[in-house]
Amino acid sequence: MGMAIAEKILARHCGRKNVEPGTFIEAKIDIALGNDVTAPLAIEEFRKAGGTKVFDPERVVLVPDHFTPSKDIKSAEQCQILRNFAREQGLSHYYEVGKAGIEHALLPEEGVVLPGDLVIGADSHTCTYGALGAFACGVGSTDLAFAMLTGKCWFRVPQTIKFVYKGKLNKWVSGKDLILYTIGDIGVDGALYKVMEFTGPVIRQLSMADRLTMCNMAVEAGAKSGIIEPDDETIEYIEARAERPYEIIHGERGARYTRVIEYNCSKIEPQVSFPPLPSNTRPISRVGDIYVDQAVIGSCTNGRIEDLRVSAQILKGKKVHPRVRLIIIPATQRVYREALREGLLETFIDAGAVVSAPTCGPCIGGHMGVLAEGERAIATTNRNFVGRMGHSKAEIYLSNPAIAAASAVAGKIASPEAL
Amino acid sequence: MEIKAKVHKFGNNINTDDIIPAKYLNIYDPKELAKHCMEGVDEEFVRKLGRPSVMGHCIVAGKNFGCGSSREHAPLAIKQAGVSCVIAESFARIFYRNAINIGLPILESKRGSRRIDSGDEILVDLSKGKITNLSKKENYKVQPFPPFIQKIITAGGLLKYAREELKSQGVS
Repeated sequence: MGMAIAEKILARHCGRKNVEPGTFIEAKIDIALGNDVTAPLAIEEFRKAGGTKVFDPERVVLVPDHFTPSKDIKSAEQCQILRNFAREQGLSHYYEVGKAGIEHALLPEEGVVLPGDLVIGADSHTCTYGALGAFACGVGSTDLAFAMLTGKCWFRVPQTIKFVYKGKLNKWVSGKDLILYTIGDIGVDGALYKVMEFTGPVIRQLSMADRLTMCNMAVEAGAKSGIIEPDDETIEYIEARAERPYEIIHGERGARYTRVIEYNCSKIEPQVSFPPLPSNTRPISRVGDIYVDQAVIGSCTNGRIEDLRVSAQILKGKKVHPRVRLIIIPATQRVYREALREGLLETFIDAGAVVSAPTCGPCIGGHMGVLAEGERAIATTNRNFVGRMGHSKAEIYLSNPAIAAASAVAGKIASPEAL
Repeated sequence: MEIKAKVHKFGNNINTDDIIPAKYLNIYDPKELAKHCMEGVDEEFVRKLGRPSVMGHCIVAGKNFGCGSSREHAPLAIKQAGVSCVIAESFARIFYRNAINIGLPILESKRGSRRIDSGDEILVDLSKGKITNLSKKENYKVQPFPPFIQKIITAGGLLKYAREELKSQGVS
C-alpha cells in the first residue's frame, strides 16, 4: 500500500520512509501560526515553560486579525502582547494593522506557506493551506507554545477520505458550494480525525481561491485537514510568491484511503446552510422565503479578490435592499488594493454597501457587524453556530458570495438568477 | 485517580462558541473565562455548579464535543469552572488535543454517553478507564488512551511532559 499525500508529508517531516494511519509521531514543522486570540495564551505558556527564544524567528508567524483594528481595550492589550513578543523575538512574520489581513488569506498570498510544508496554527481554519499541497492543521495554544519552543508538534497520522468531484459545475456554483454540499452529505463529524483529500476533474479546473475555500471548511466536517495535490495551477500561483524553496509532494500509487466518495457536480446547485450547523444544507431552489437583515461578504473562507469580483458583478448598477445592511470585508490589504484598482469598491459603495478594513470581525461576532436578537444574516463565512455572529437568538445562513450579494439586493435569500 | 461527580448532560455537536462565546475571547485569564463556561448553550450552567464541594462535576455529552474553533479557552474555562472531567461519545480533534495538553481529563464512552442522564452521580476511575453510574448501578467501558497520550496525561500536560522528556535526555 502506498501513502496518500498527507501521510507522505508527515513521513518527510518526522524523518521516516513510511508512516501509517494511527501512528503517533513527533514531526518538525515549517510554520507555526498564532493570532490575537490564541497567541497571548501561547506566549504565556512559552514563558512559563522557561522559553526565552523561539526555535526560529522566521518560522513563527503572528497575525493580529480577529478583533483588529482593536475593538476594545482588552483586545488592544492582547494585540500589544503579540507586538511586544514579535519585537523581542525579532519575528520576521509579524503583520501589523495596515499590512495584516485575515491570516488564512494572507499567508498563501504572501508565499509564507508552501507546497509540501507541515504547518500548524492555533486557529481551526489553518487547514486552508492544504489547497497548496501542504499538510496544515489547527491546534491549540499549548501546542503553539510547544512548537515555538521546539519547532515540533505531535500528531496521530490520520486516515484519508478521498472525495472525487466529477461532471460539470452549474452556473453560480463555486468551491464554497462543493464544500457545503460535501459537509451536508457527510455531516459535521463525517471526517472526524481524518484528512479530506479533494480530487477529480472538477477540482483540477478550480481556481486557487476556490480550492482554498474548500480546504478552509474541511474542519467543519470534523477533519484534521483538507488537502489537494498540487498541479500546474498550484505551481503558477506559488511561483509568483514563494519566499523560500519548496517541494511538490504527490501521493503514491495505490495510496490507501479509508473511503472514496464520488460526487456528480452536474447535480449540485448553489448551497445554503441553515442555522445552527454548516451541515444543514439546502439547494438554493429549496430555500423558500428567508428574509435577511444583513449580508456579510468576507472572511478567511470567501474574502479573496475572486469573491469580491463575483459580488461586484451582481451588485453592478443595483441597490442593496432598504431593509438590508451589506458589509463587505476584503480579506487582506492586497485584496483591498486590487478591489480599489478594479473599481469594485466603487460598485459596492454605489450599491449601498459598507466596505470594512480587513478583519475576521463579524464572522466570530467580534465587531463590524454584530447581530441583535432576532436578526438574520446571510454570510459567506464558515460557521452558523448559535451566537456566532452576535446574539444567541440571531440566525446565520451560509452561502457563496454570489448568493450573498443577490440576497442583499433581493432582501431575502436569492440566486442571482432571481434578480 | 478516582473522581466522584454529579452529571450535567448536553447533546451532540456542542461547539466552542457554546462552551465559551467568542465575545469573551478578548480575555484569556482562566478565572474570568470560567465565569462564562457553557454560557452559549446554558446561561445558568455556572450557577448550577454552585460552590465547590466534595462532589465534583462532570459534563456528559454526545458526539463531536468541542467542535468549531481551536480556542484553548474552551477546555480552560471548563477546567477552571470546577468540572473534573468530560465524557462524550466522541470529541472534535482540536478540543481533544487541547484537553490532553492542558490536563483536563476527557473520556470517550459511547454507552456512557447514551445512558448517563443529568443529575446522575458517577464514579470515574481514570487509571482503570472505568465509569460507574452510582445512580443507575451500571458500568461503562471507556476507550483507552494510546500510550503516547497517556504519557502526556500522566505528566500533567504537554509542556510538563516536554520538560520531563528534556530532562530524561539530559537537556535542561
